[in-house]
Amino acid sequence: MNFKLIAKRLSFLVLVIWAASTIVFFVPRLSPRNALRERFAELARSGGFAPGDIEKLITNMNQQFGLDKPLLEQYWTYLGNIIRMDFGYSLNRYPATVTDIISQALPWTFFLLLFTTILSFIIGNLLGAISAWPKSPRWLRGIATPFVLLTGVPPVIMGVLLLFFIGFRLKLLPLGGPYSIGIVPNWSWDFAVDVLRHQMLPALALVLGSVGGWVLSMRGMGVTIQGEDYVNFAEHKGLTGGRIFRDYYLRNTLLPQVTGLALALGTLVTSALVVEQLFGLPGLGQVLNNAIRSNDFPVIYGIVLFITIAIAVLMAVLEFIYPLLDPRVRNQ
Amino acid sequence: MNLATTENASSRNAAAAGASPILRVQDLVVTYYTDLGRARALDGVSFTLEAGMKMGMVGESGSGKSTLALAMMRMIKPPGRIEGGHVWVGGTDLQSLDDEGMRKARLSKIAYIPQGAMNSLNPVTRIGEQMVDAIKSHLSGESRQAINDRCVWALKSVDLDPGVFHMYAHELSGGMKQRVCIAIGILLRPEVIIADEPTSALDVVTQRQVMETIDKVQDELNSAVILIGHDMGLMAQTMDRVAVMYAGRLVEVATVREMFTDPKHPYSQALISSLPTLDNRGQFKGIPGLAPSLLRLPSGCAFHPRCPLASDRSRSEKPKVNVLPGGRLVACHIYDQES
Amino acid sequence: MTTVTATSPAIADTAMEQPSSLTLFLRYLNRNRGLAVGVVILIGLVLFTVIGLITINPKHAYPLSVATKQPPSLKYPFGTDFFGRNLMAAMVVGMWQTAVIGVVAGGLGTLIGVVLGFTSAYFGGWIDSTIRTICQILTPIPVLLIQVVVAGSLDKRDVTILTMALIVVMLAWMGPTLVIRAQVLTMKERQFVSVAKLSGVGDIAIIFKEILPNLLPFIAAAFVGQVFSAVFASFYLAVLGLGPLREPLLGNIIWAAQLQGAFFNGWWWWPIAPSIGMILILASLALINMGLDELANPRVRKTE
Repeated sequence: MNFKLIAKRLSFLVLVIWAASTIVFFVPRLSPRNALRERFAELARSGGFAPGDIEKLITNMNQQFGLDKPLLEQYWTYLGNIIRMDFGYSLNRYPATVTDIISQALPWTFFLLLFTTILSFIIGNLLGAISAWPKSPRWLRGIATPFVLLTGVPPVIMGVLLLFFIGFRLKLLPLGGPYSIGIVPNWSWDFAVDVLRHQMLPALALVLGSVGGWVLSMRGMGVTIQGEDYVNFAEHKGLTGGRIFRDYYLRNTLLPQVTGLALALGTLVTSALVVEQLFGLPGLGQVLNNAIRSNDFPVIYGIVLFITIAIAVLMAVLEFIYPLLDPRVRNQ
Repeated sequence: MNLATTENASSRNAAAAGASPILRVQDLVVTYYTDLGRARALDGVSFTLEAGMKMGMVGESGSGKSTLALAMMRMIKPPGRIEGGHVWVGGTDLQSLDDEGMRKARLSKIAYIPQGAMNSLNPVTRIGEQMVDAIKSHLSGESRQAINDRCVWALKSVDLDPGVFHMYAHELSGGMKQRVCIAIGILLRPEVIIADEPTSALDVVTQRQVMETIDKVQDELNSAVILIGHDMGLMAQTMDRVAVMYAGRLVEVATVREMFTDPKHPYSQALISSLPTLDNRGQFKGIPGLAPSLLRLPSGCAFHPRCPLASDRSRSEKPKVNVLPGGRLVACHIYDQES
Repeated sequence: MTTVTATSPAIADTAMEQPSSLTLFLRYLNRNRGLAVGVVILIGLVLFTVIGLITINPKHAYPLSVATKQPPSLKYPFGTDFFGRNLMAAMVVGMWQTAVIGVVAGGLGTLIGVVLGFTSAYFGGWIDSTIRTICQILTPIPVLLIQVVVAGSLDKRDVTILTMALIVVMLAWMGPTLVIRAQVLTMKERQFVSVAKLSGVGDIAIIFKEILPNLLPFIAAAFVGQVFSAVFASFYLAVLGLGPLREPLLGNIIWAAQLQGAFFNGWWWWPIAPSIGMILILASLALINMGLDELANPRVRKTE
């Protein structure tokens, strides 16, 4: 991997972030809606502001946030802020900044996502590889089929079904929320168990909702790779089935799946957001949903941009890791 | 060892006299079960081959050459099935081995050098690993030093630098990859080596080098070599014997000289006369008609619809293999009396 | 050189009995069971919607039309919700609306993809690099999040079934563009196109007479794939509360049920029917898409 390639990939990363920022900047400004006016109109309805006061307030705010400046100047300031990860203030929870709000919610989303993605990637790819391997025992190949059927079930719906059967009918696990109502968060064993119990169903929904996709793509890949000459030749060499499976078949099928993981990040994150919202977990999903409901536009745009940047960076990282796995790319 | 080449005639006679050959294939039958019906890909193929001999296997695409190779390795995959016959290597009947026994026999008794050498090496592991795991899965007790020596010996035998051991497939040229495959094939000094069109994807110069490598390796090991290919010119220059296949049957086996100067089977005759020579360049003499579908072979002799010498008997009765003087085999009714 | 003369195309004997094309088709479906199952489910859903639209009063799909919070019964097979919607009627109308979004967005996305993919691959040069670069830059951006921004910037009254479809399609044409581009590129190299070019056939004629017909299976697969993504995206937007809130879209029903704490309150049937409906829609589309892929792509085709 040479310097030129690294520079090329990094500049691509910058380009992606720029494109996303630009879309998020211009789309709302093309729309006839005025976030501030709507927000204050709402406050006026509930809090009894006089209409004249609102106009004054809006002019004030516009000045304070630089919204009265020419569009291009606003754009440059905005891009500068993005680089500093400064997404402005929440309209709803002013003076909290969007970055504050994101960093409070992020750990919930991050750990849920990390755990479920790794788990479903491993289970799904292993099952897919086994089910495509002609010499796998029949009963083992059969296990993959129900998971393939799950591909049609998005994680949110999986969540609804799990809530119904496990939460509502069997009453095994709680119906939602970060921890039981009435418990004060503390560093005790009981509290940790309580939090984990609340994380089980969302995690299960995400794992079951995404594992089928891995099974399916891995199975397709496996069918291709098992027909490759080098797998055939390995058998001609008289290698044991286990070694052919591991070193010749699995290693080669996994390579495209790593690229697949990079491409799937966007879907995985959005699924997690929606599932969090379904289960009332205080992660980014719920913050986003609350922001949508209360027209807290800076928070909406901030979360969207933050996640986009995070995904673009993760994809770049995966791309840098890839050559370590595939010698063909390493030497180019 | 030039014994093999100089003693062609005597070893041929020995074969006719029934001296024990290293490879004996007997009535091998392979059927593919497809949607459209049963396809008989190998229809009772029998032949023998002595140590140190090189036999070329020729025939049109779909005549069963590669199927024969796979059947001998017991590597026919569904929907295909080996439905009968024996493959004796030394004193062992490969068909009677259990799966584990067959796995051990591959590479150590009978080795296969693949057709698509360009793609036959694992792209993500080093050449060395691929050689070492081949040895380890047969000789579990071998010391690290012995394994290493074996790899270096094999690489040197095919004129490759031992440094190739640490390289990846994509760092090698087509000819080098093919030689690595040969090196892997000889690691355990097999008694029989089958090379399935080892030169098909290579340029002419490299083809020659690879053939010379096979020659050299065989001299060292004294194995029996079967070479499957299309290129009659290459066969004529490098083989001792040529076998002609048609529609899953072996129609003629003869020494190279006999085959090219005096082919006996009408199909071999057509095949040889279709070769361009300096005298008839510019004009191709094709074989009239089409190769039959394996799903529905013609009755009797499969070649009869295209055969200029076909008789009523050709149409009704499958010809048996005649042994002609000098040990050549011909499956044609014309020679029935002579045998 | 023997190969040239001795190898002749193995054409089946005329005397050979060829099974009828119907038997072959059935045998193919037997092997490609996913396609068959997908089509059967889809037909079932279409029948449900069509018969439903004829027999059920669509007005009952909207709030305050029937008794509230009724569990499933003979009168209300899927129950009624907190707002007084008959969930049976809501499912019928919701399915219909989902179909509209899917077909409009999927169709538009495929159309844009086909046109851009063709232009890009056929003319090459700077046009190709521009289109390709734009696709590559947009691909890593999570489409749904940008759709959230767009949908969030719209006035809630402006969000209708149609704008929903347009929002979805706005950022979903890159996939088909890249697929079609790759296919046209390989096709351009094939012999029959070169022959047509050499014999002086114009660009337009080549595109429509030589390349397009060969691309049809890929376009069909891309279309089904696009319908799938459109349904999926609109469903997620709706679950996030960004859909046309008045309409009984399946995602909207789930959003509303969650908002009112359906499970906490014991109204378990509320989110169940739309969930199962969505599973059936997505499963049938996924199965058909995979089946078509297998049909279009000989590399994964399992015949013979």
